[in-house]
Amino acid sequence: MTLTAPAPRTGEAAHHLGRPPLVLLAPAVLAAVLLVLPLVTLVLDTPWGTFLTELRSEPVRRALALSALTSLLTVLVCVVLGTPLAWLLARVEFRGRGLLRAAVAVPLVLPPVVAGVALVTALGRNGLVGSLLRETTGLTVPFTTTAVVVAHVFVSMPFYVLSVEGALRTAGERYDVVAATLGATRWTTFRRVTLPLALPGLVAGAVLAWARSLGEFGATITFAGNFPGTTQTMPSLIYTTLQADPAAARTLSMILLVVSVGVLAGLRHRWLRPL
Amino acid sequence: MTGQQIHQETGLHADVTVEGRLHATLHAEPGRVVAVIGPNGAGKSTLLGALAGTVRATGRVEVAGRDWSDLPVRERRLGVVFQDRSLLPHLRARDDVAFGLRARGVPRREADRRALGWLERLGVGDLADRRPAQLSGGQAQRVAIARALAGEPDLLLLDEPFAGLDVGVATGLRIELARHLAAYAGIALLVTHDALDALTLADEVLVLDEGRVVQTGTPREVAARPRSEHVARLVGLNVVREGDELRSFAPSAVAVSPRARSGHDAPATSARHRWAGRVAAVAPHGDAVRLLVSTEDGPELIADVTPASAVELGLEPGAEVWLSVKATAVQTDSMRP
Repeated sequence: MTLTAPAPRTGEAAHHLGRPPLVLLAPAVLAAVLLVLPLVTLVLDTPWGTFLTELRSEPVRRALALSALTSLLTVLVCVVLGTPLAWLLARVEFRGRGLLRAAVAVPLVLPPVVAGVALVTALGRNGLVGSLLRETTGLTVPFTTTAVVVAHVFVSMPFYVLSVEGALRTAGERYDVVAATLGATRWTTFRRVTLPLALPGLVAGAVLAWARSLGEFGATITFAGNFPGTTQTMPSLIYTTLQADPAAARTLSMILLVVSVGVLAGLRHRWLRPL
Repeated sequence: MTGQQIHQETGLHADVTVEGRLHATLHAEPGRVVAVIGPNGAGKSTLLGALAGTVRATGRVEVAGRDWSDLPVRERRLGVVFQDRSLLPHLRARDDVAFGLRARGVPRREADRRALGWLERLGVGDLADRRPAQLSGGQAQRVAIARALAGEPDLLLLDEPFAGLDVGVATGLRIELARHLAAYAGIALLVTHDALDALTLADEVLVLDEGRVVQTGTPREVAARPRSEHVARLVGLNVVREGDELRSFAPSAVAVSPRARSGHDAPATSARHRWAGRVAAVAPHGDAVRLLVSTEDGPELIADVTPASAVELGLEPGAEVWLSVKATAVQTDSMRP
């Protein structure tokens, strides 16, 4: 291990290094304004008088419950399926590993509506897997709550897998070797060494996946539709309300903002130091 | 060589090759401690890795009558003390030591009891509930040794166990380790850079150089008749290589005289036993003054002179000197094993 001088607290050095140059300061301020201003105006424009009434209304309660249910299920699926995939990418050498990693990352850059269309071709009534499923079991996926979760998993999983893979790589294979010399099987090593060491990465990945799921709109509305009670999540409800009653839409947006910021703040203290 | 059959009942019998890095044959009886020494990059850690199975190797490894050649790492009954300790960062010392026992099917309570026993034997029983970040280097190394021994391995591999420890801590630990190694029934391999480790801890010494075994023997034999420059240096001898011959002599046997530019004032000894050179460094060495001399035709030699003659002869860095040694003080060995 190498010794390094303790890093000076951010800002301390700035005192000695002179003023920040305008050429960096100006765009930085502009960026901050761009990010913060719309949130401030949203808060200002929200009709707070009707906030609680709106919150208790039937469609909002149903959409909120569905958003909570689907986003939690999404995180669950990501953890159960995504953790092993991340482990495979980080720890096992096989042909096409680079290709698989690239494929996993594609949904990150895919427009959500395209993701929805792609899901229809796979799981739609006449899709490759969807038609097979319908013929053999009579079940169809689109326009069900299941479809919402599938769409959310599709767009959220890459965040989770890449975050966990990064954590596994950082933790390194060194302790896996130690565990093997102590007689542990790979499964024991995974449970008792690899996973505990990568836990912060798992939690960060889960939060990212959850946030992505909560805000998901394009893929959901394309693949699952917008039916109150079964597929209408908060973003879909906001979109519908916006056309009829923009003021109510602002209230709903505020609700979503409060929920997501609240959860992030709750987790931040314990798990999300870097965020 | 790899086709050679090995059919012994006990001990370690290995003939391993790691492509481009190591080819080594070694044998050791149970209860023996073998020090593995050699310069950096000689293949010491690679050898341990090949025996542990963490480095891909061809050939055969047989331990205590079992063929390890194709066994995965976890099925080899071994204990490893890693150079950087490699304690599991998230585990308390007791859980770390119990980890191997649990992995091999010992029930939790029993594993915990045995782990505590080992920590107490290594003198760190009171630190059982600490995590690695809360342990000093010496304490962590004791936990690491307890962990390696707890599994009662047939083969114990120690990779520079005193590296990075304070001299005082290392000395105390060395004495204790000697005691534990004496009580240990299996075979221990100890990679070290320190001649003292080899002399105090080992029954046998195996010298590696450029991926090959260049010498084996008791520490005494190896120290007295080194067959590689590295070992000669390690035990403080001068060594001159001539073809396959290695001639070694003590720094105190070297006579030093000033040299004129003409070079016509050479000492009256055979050319094989004298060297023209320039003093590169001067440092006190016990009661004497030790000179490091770069000679014109190759080797760096060390010579011990009295402080009085160092002053009298003006032996400062840069001084031109003749070195000579009596033929009777030179020991000649063949490098061919």
